[in-house]
Amino acid sequence: MREPTGAPPPGANPYIPVPFRVSGRRRETADTVTLRLRSPSGDGLPFEPGQFMMLYVFGVGEVPVSASGAPRRAGILEHTVRAVGPVTRRLVALRRGDWVGVRGPFGRGWPLALAEGFDVLIVAGGLGLAPLRSALLQILAQRDRYRQVTVLYGARSPADLLYRLDLSRWQQRPDLELRVTVDRADERWRGQIGVVPALIAQVERHFEPARTVALVCGPEVMMRFTVRELQKRGVPDDLIYLSLERNMKCALGLCGHCQFGPAFICKDGPVMPFSRLAPFSEIREL
Amino acid sequence: MSELSVLDSRDLPELFAALQRHGFRVVGPTVRDGAIVYDELVSAADLPVGWSDEQEAAHYRLKRRDDDAVFAYAVGPHSWKRFLHPSSLTLWRARRTAAGVTIETPAEELPRLALFGVRSCDLHAIAVLDRVLLGGPFVDPYYAERRSRAFIVAVNCGHFSPSTCFCVSMGTGPKATFGFDLALTEVFEPGRHVFVVEVGTDEGAEVLRQVPHRAAEPWERAAADRVVETTAARMGRRLETAGLKEALYANLEHPRWDDVAQRCLTCGNCTMVCPTCFCFTVEDRTDLTGTVTERVRRLDVCFTTEFTYTAGKPLRQSARSRYRQWLTHKLGSWLDQFGVSGCVGCGRCITWCPVGIDITEEAAAIRSASELGERTR
Repeated sequence: MREPTGAPPPGANPYIPVPFRVSGRRRETADTVTLRLRSPSGDGLPFEPGQFMMLYVFGVGEVPVSASGAPRRAGILEHTVRAVGPVTRRLVALRRGDWVGVRGPFGRGWPLALAEGFDVLIVAGGLGLAPLRSALLQILAQRDRYRQVTVLYGARSPADLLYRLDLSRWQQRPDLELRVTVDRADERWRGQIGVVPALIAQVERHFEPARTVALVCGPEVMMRFTVRELQKRGVPDDLIYLSLERNMKCALGLCGHCQFGPAFICKDGPVMPFSRLAPFSEIREL
Repeated sequence: MSELSVLDSRDLPELFAALQRHGFRVVGPTVRDGAIVYDELVSAADLPVGWSDEQEAAHYRLKRRDDDAVFAYAVGPHSWKRFLHPSSLTLWRARRTAAGVTIETPAEELPRLALFGVRSCDLHAIAVLDRVLLGGPFVDPYYAERRSRAFIVAVNCGHFSPSTCFCVSMGTGPKATFGFDLALTEVFEPGRHVFVVEVGTDEGAEVLRQVPHRAAEPWERAAADRVVETTAARMGRRLETAGLKEALYANLEHPRWDDVAQRCLTCGNCTMVCPTCFCFTVEDRTDLTGTVTERVRRLDVCFTTEFTYTAGKPLRQSARSRYRQWLTHKLGSWLDQFGVSGCVGCGRCITWCPVGIDITEEAAAIRSASELGERTR
């Protein structure tokens, strides 16, 4: 009992960020930017779609951000960041060549192996498209492993839509059904108006509920209504996966901030099947 | 049963000297600011000899005794996490250079600590921290280093606080049964004042060899057994743990949470005195030139709204939700997370709650309501 473990080998300290440099920067919306990060050593941090990294700005602090790029590009990461707090404001202001510390990847990602041979229904609200973009890029790279693939995406307004280039490419693919909606239109918007969960009724013929894996990420209220719509149509709770967001200080399961009932979102999530969340899903302020 | 030895109370300074010769810095109980706290002890004279305490919900007073008892008090506001999982710790230091950023961990060599006077509840608390901070998937290297270097002198409880201690019902005391290098039982009877010593490790045996001692007589063994037996028999307070996790999960919307929220000040004293509360936050401290920055870890308190600040707002805004999180984590979800309760029955949270909220009473209220609910169902 006295010596549960020896001191860990040097270099194994999980609190220490790995150096990266900003190699590209794309403005998505007024307050949101996608950063491309490159490791000077060329070694990446191989991740699974749905996992997240802790991004550190020198002297300011660290925040958890989902990986939003393609997972199999050595040494390159993509993260979409919205300016909300002190750290994210500095992240979106970074320029090409700037230094960023990265720890990760952390947590459990989307169940893409489980979804093979199934219909895949992706439901994203707002910035929730970021972790799902990574999943979709991987699915499209191995498109023949999946049955029908449907993407439903909602943003507050046309100006809040992320990944416009991707959206127009995805729109043209015959092997992908994409529906986009906004809460509030502007005069140029020709698309749908309304909330994302309402789109599910429109794509019923694109998925067979019992053979569907649903991947959902967005604001909690949007996810709650999405789960109800999916349940109504018979998608099983253990095939509805949600990605949750909580305050995180360590991402190692040690700081205690990200607890949701018995789960630590950083290690048991961020992606979890609704069947595990269901007992606590109606409890406010958990 | 392992061999027991006897150390005369007059030779206690020899034990200190032996520990110091082994290179240990001794930390343990001492009187300061009207309480028995844990701090560095230069010699046995720093121990609270002749002191006792009086504890109740929201009440703590030192009391003078008319004898030279060394361990005649219950646990105070400090716990050993103060040394093993310190409230403030520099994780690393980063320096910005022309080439980029270099990051280093603090290089200073840590002293080996001898934790002197660790009660059984606190041995269990250290075992709980071991599970949390060493159990994986990630190991906390700072805790691991401090923990692996610590020497533990346990003390079996001959004195306890009748109003706040409940280790017997938690299965965590009053006798130290594991996790120590040496364990002492103070046998204090008119005309006799000795410590019966049990050796837990080879290193413990090595230290004891350098201290005058002799084999325990049968009556001394019996007297040592009586000390813990008497404590166990007299401990009235209890926490019923069977089925408690399920009862808490089933009652997350119980009106009792509103009731306790009316009393709770959300000050977080309970988390600070708790020997197992491990949550922390981090701060970045940058020097005036902006070229050197430190990441500092501070123990954190789940009773603050900042604790759950996510995407622009706190998730647990009400006092009700924050107290519920603390109690259900401690007594419920901790079991799912770490396979053991987060409570060791030390009673500190009861004593140091400024409004005297009693964890055993709150848990019992939720539970009895739950059983009532099941009966009427």
